[in-house]
This record gives sequence, C-alpha cells and structure tokens, in this order.
Amino acid sequence: MATHLDISQVSIEFPTPKGAFKALDGVNLKINKGEFVSLIGHSGCGKSTVLNIVAGLYDATEGGVLLDGKEVKGPGPERAVVFQNHSLLPWLTSYQNVELAVKQVFKKTKSKKEMHDWIMHNLDLVHMTHAADKRPDEISGGMKQRVGIARALAMEPSVLLMDEPFGALDALTRAHLQDSLMEIQKDLNNTVIMITHDVDEAVLLSDRIIMMTNGPAATIGEILDVDLPRPRDRLALANDAKYVDYRAQVLTFLYEKQRKVEPINGNAKATSSSAAKVANA
Amino acid sequence: MSDLSIHSLKEKLEQISIKSLLLPLCGIIIFIMLWQVGASRVHTSLGVFPGPAVVYEQWGNLISEHQSERVKEQRFYERQEDRIAKRQAKDPDYVGKIRSYTGKPTFFDQIFTSLYTVLAGFGLACLIAIPLGILIGLNNAVYSALNPVIQVFKPVSPLAWLPLVTMVVSATYVSDDPIFSKSFLTSMFTVTLCCMWPTLINTAVGVAAVEKDLLNVSKVLRLGWFTHVMKIVIPSAIPLMFTGLRLSLGIAWMVLIAAEMLAQNPGLGKFVWDEFQNGSSNSLGRIMVAVLMIGFIGFLLDRAMLMVQRFVSWDKTQILR
Ligand SMILES: Nc1ncnc2c1ncn2[C@@H]1O[C@H](COP(=O)(O)OP(=O)(O)OP(=O)(O)O)[C@@H](O)[C@H]1O
Ligand SMILES: [Mg+2]
Repeated sequence: MATHLDISQVSIEFPTPKGAFKALDGVNLKINKGEFVSLIGHSGCGKSTVLNIVAGLYDATEGGVLLDGKEVKGPGPERAVVFQNHSLLPWLTSYQNVELAVKQVFKKTKSKKEMHDWIMHNLDLVHMTHAADKRPDEISGGMKQRVGIARALAMEPSVLLMDEPFGALDALTRAHLQDSLMEIQKDLNNTVIMITHDVDEAVLLSDRIIMMTNGPAATIGEILDVDLPRPRDRLALANDAKYVDYRAQVLTFLYEKQRKVEPINGNAKATSSSAAKVANA
Repeated sequence: MSDLSIHSLKEKLEQISIKSLLLPLCGIIIFIMLWQVGASRVHTSLGVFPGPAVVYEQWGNLISEHQSERVKEQRFYERQEDRIAKRQAKDPDYVGKIRSYTGKPTFFDQIFTSLYTVLAGFGLACLIAIPLGILIGLNNAVYSALNPVIQVFKPVSPLAWLPLVTMVVSATYVSDDPIFSKSFLTSMFTVTLCCMWPTLINTAVGVAAVEKDLLNVSKVLRLGWFTHVMKIVIPSAIPLMFTGLRLSLGIAWMVLIAAEMLAQNPGLGKFVWDEFQNGSSNSLGRIMVAVLMIGFIGFLLDRAMLMVQRFVSWDKTQILR
C-alpha cells in the first residue's frame, strides 16, 4: 500500500532562555491510508510536539511531513485535530461549533441544506443530536469531547489527529467513547494518529503502536504491530493471549526500557536516600 | 404542594427580601441619620451645612422652578403665535418669525444636557477605542508602537485637556449655522479623550489573552481574518471589554462634571458652579441635590451598562456585579 502520511527525519528545537532545547530528534514514520496509529510515551517526551508538527501548528527544524507526496505547510482542515480539552468555542452551541468547521470547508461545494444535513449527520455519528442546541458548559465532559470529534470528522480530513482525546474522562465514559470511535472508524476508515497514556486504549484501538523514548531529543523507540481481528470487543480481549502479550510488551517498554526517574519536588531527597538504601541492600 | 415545601419557599423569600431589601434600607437609614447629625454641626459662611430635610425641600423647589419655567416658555410661544395671527388677519401676506425661548436652563435641563453630552463623548470613545484595542491586541507590532503613547496619555487629567480642546474646537469648528454648539463639542471631546483609555487597554488585553487552543482551532480551520475576529477574538474578549467600558463610562461621567464646572459649559457641572457663585442661603442645599443626582445618574449609567453586558454576553449564568 502506498504511504499516505510520511514523517521523515523530523527534528525540532525550541528556543528557551537557556538556549535551544531539542525536543525531537530524527523521527521517522510512514502511515498508510486508513491506518489507526497510536503514540505512547511518558509525559513530556514529545508526543504532542509530533502531532503539532503533523498538524502544521509547529514547524520542524529539520525534516518534514509529506501528505500524499506533498509537503505539509501550516495548519489546514485536511489534518483535523481533536484537542485534549475539547477546545469547543464556549459561546457557540454544539451545532454551531460543527457548523463553523463545515462552513469553512464546504462553503463552495455544499448547499445550505446539504451543509445542515452534513452537520446533523456528524452529530449523529457521535450520538449528540439531542444536544445540538446546547452550549459546551451545558453538557458533560464526555459529550464535549464527542462534539469535538464530530467537528473534526465533519471536515472530512485525510488524517485525523487526536491528542489524548479521552484523557480527561472517567473510565466508563472513556470506554464508551472508545467503542464509538471504533464503530466510526469501521464505517469511515479514516487515517488516525492518536496520542494516549493508556496502554489498554492503545492496544484496543490501534493497528500500530508507536512507542517513544524519553526526551530530550526523543525519537521513536519501538513500533508494535497489533494484529487483532476487528471488530474488537474489550471483554473478549481481556483474556485473549495475544492481547495480553501486546499489553505486556508496551508496559515493558514504558516501565523497564524507558523507565522515567524523575524526582518529585520536595520529596527528591527522600527518594534518593531511599534509593540509596535499596542499592545498599 | 406539601407543607414542607411551602414552608421552605417562605423561608427562601424571607432570605431574599432580607438580603436584597432590608440590608440596603438599613444602610440608607443609618447614612441619613449620620448625615443629619453631622450636618447640623458644620457651620459655613452660607449657614449650616444642609441636612436631609433641607435638601428634600430644595429638591421640591427645583421641581417647581422647572415647572414654572415650562409654563413661562409655553406662554412665550403662545404670545408670539397670537401676535402673528393678529397681523395675518390684517395682512394675509405677512410671514411671522417665531423666536425661540431663551430662558435660564433649569436643573432638569442641565441634567438632560449632561446626559446626552456624556453619552456622545462615551460613544465616540467606544468607536475609537474598541477597534483600536482589537488591532493592538491582535498585533504585537502595533502594540509596541502605540504602547508608549497610550501610557503617557492615559493619566492626563481632564483639566489639562480642556484648554487645548477649547482652543482647537473654536479654531477649527467655524460654521454660520452650527449643528452642535461649541460648548457641547468641547465637553464631548474632553470626555472622549479622558475616558477612552480603560476600554482601549482592556479590549487589547482581552484580545491578546484568547486561549491558545482556540487560536489553534482557528488556524486548523484556516478561518479568514474577519471570521476569526468575529467568531473567536471578540467573544473571548467581551468580559474584559465590558470591564473597560464600565470603567470608561464612570470616568466619562466624572470628567464631564469637572469639565462643565471649569469651562462653564452647560450641564450639571455648571449648575453646581452657578449655585456656588450665587452664594444664597439655599445654595448649599441645591448643590447637595446636584451631588446626589450626579451620584444617582452615575449609578444608573453603570447599571445600564451592566444590562447591555448581560444582553451581549454569551454566558448568561455568569454573575455580573
Ligand atoms: N513551545 C515550546 N517551547 C519550549 N519547549 C517546548 C514547547 N513545547 C513543548 N516543549 C518541550 O518539549 C517537550 C515535549 O513536549 P510535549 O508537549 O510534546 O510532550 P508530551 O509528550 O505531549 O507530554 P504530555 O504527555 O504530558 O502531553 C517537553 O519537554 C516540553 O517542555
Ligand atoms: Mg501532550
């Protein structure tokens, strides 16, 4: 299959008061059409930075991103982003939030009626038609995230970028949204890059899991192909040997190979002294 | 409805009325008492400082003066019409000219003058400050360029502007049949110059403080400049913008009274000054009526602004005070 999205030799340096900070170093990744890829790694390693470079919100210092062979320059609706904290405009209703995106993308190609139907169709995909006329502060966190997804889907993006889309949600809502997302993915077959902290989420949803090393100068550590048949069912998979094995591989990467030792402020001394004790024993 | 809920409803109503009526009433009564006691001890060259009773009496006088002035005015016009009608009866070709009444403006005429002057000055300030504030907030270069100018002009007192504005207006506004009087323009421009700064600065800060995530949404959608400003920038800046507008309106009202006093321009400020110059035994009481009226109108203006904010703001649950 031809490469749809090609991230090649991407490095980025942020200017800081203490000199340049190299956050990413030589990130290479090829993603096929319709593939669901998740990025996993410790906090601060540079996952969001990768996503923002693909989105065009950051410019890579070296290397670049090709979408269907064309270099990505600046942000655009063909690379829709679902932000971590929904980022809905608080003064617009769910409908209007989606409408803003639809008007922007389809103002030349769709009639008013078609746009309305398309907005409602996308709200329906995430089961949010009942709250179309509610503003973000009138709906729950999970519902906001759904509207955020509907807004992104409504742009008919060639790549859907999601930065910890369910990070702020409770476990039940999260499971529910993961199921919805798998359903939508089955129907639309989008190309998706999703950042997550949650190992189960990564294994359950992805075709491939990209594991990133710790920063600074983070890069891709390992790539895990998840070869589980779809549709996937979380209950059935819980005891599936393959699933358990994938899960273990990701955990091993995160907690053994890329163990993050970061002193927590104030406790730094205590931790290091207790670590010393352990070493002595 | 059950007994219990009726009871709790009653309790709630009582709480509301205590909080919203009883307590303010207590405050006002205590103030009036202190005023009464304090005033009787202050002796000035024009007599005892006016207490509440005297002020109330003067308020009545001002109303009756206003009414009698209106009656005089009406008579004045009736007399003219009568005369013209008589002349026309003899000579059908006669075209009468009605002269307009030039009586002394009453307290209420002055209130009206002050009100429309302040609204005109404030309106002009908004027309300048809001677009400029948006521009400054959006663009760092414009901000850096204009910031020193803003910082220097912001603290200038109305008293310093007044002579300049007066001279400029009399030099540039020359017309045989002026639509606006010069005194109106002078007061208005002084008000504008003094009150536009809080709106300008708060709008700029509000615009610059739009959440980064929302800016990213705008970028991903590739919103055009106009849509970006209308859909994202202005709604997020509205709360701060209104903070600025309310400050501006408050300043506008204070500045106007001072400017009218200083420049002898028609309005409440001139009323106070005239009474002070007049120096009769009633003067202090009448000035006190004006002081209370100035305060009350200032309060009403702020409430009106708050109502506009409630109407415009998207978050109706927000508590505004
Ligand atoms: N605009 C910036 N300027 C300077 N440094 C930055 C900037 N953005 C990110 N960084 C740094 O780059 C590194 C990677 O940040 P990034 O936000 O990509 O991490 P992340 O993996 O998304 O973390 P998390 O999981 O907590 O969201 C961090 O060390 C961060 O401090
Ligand atoms: Mg992140």
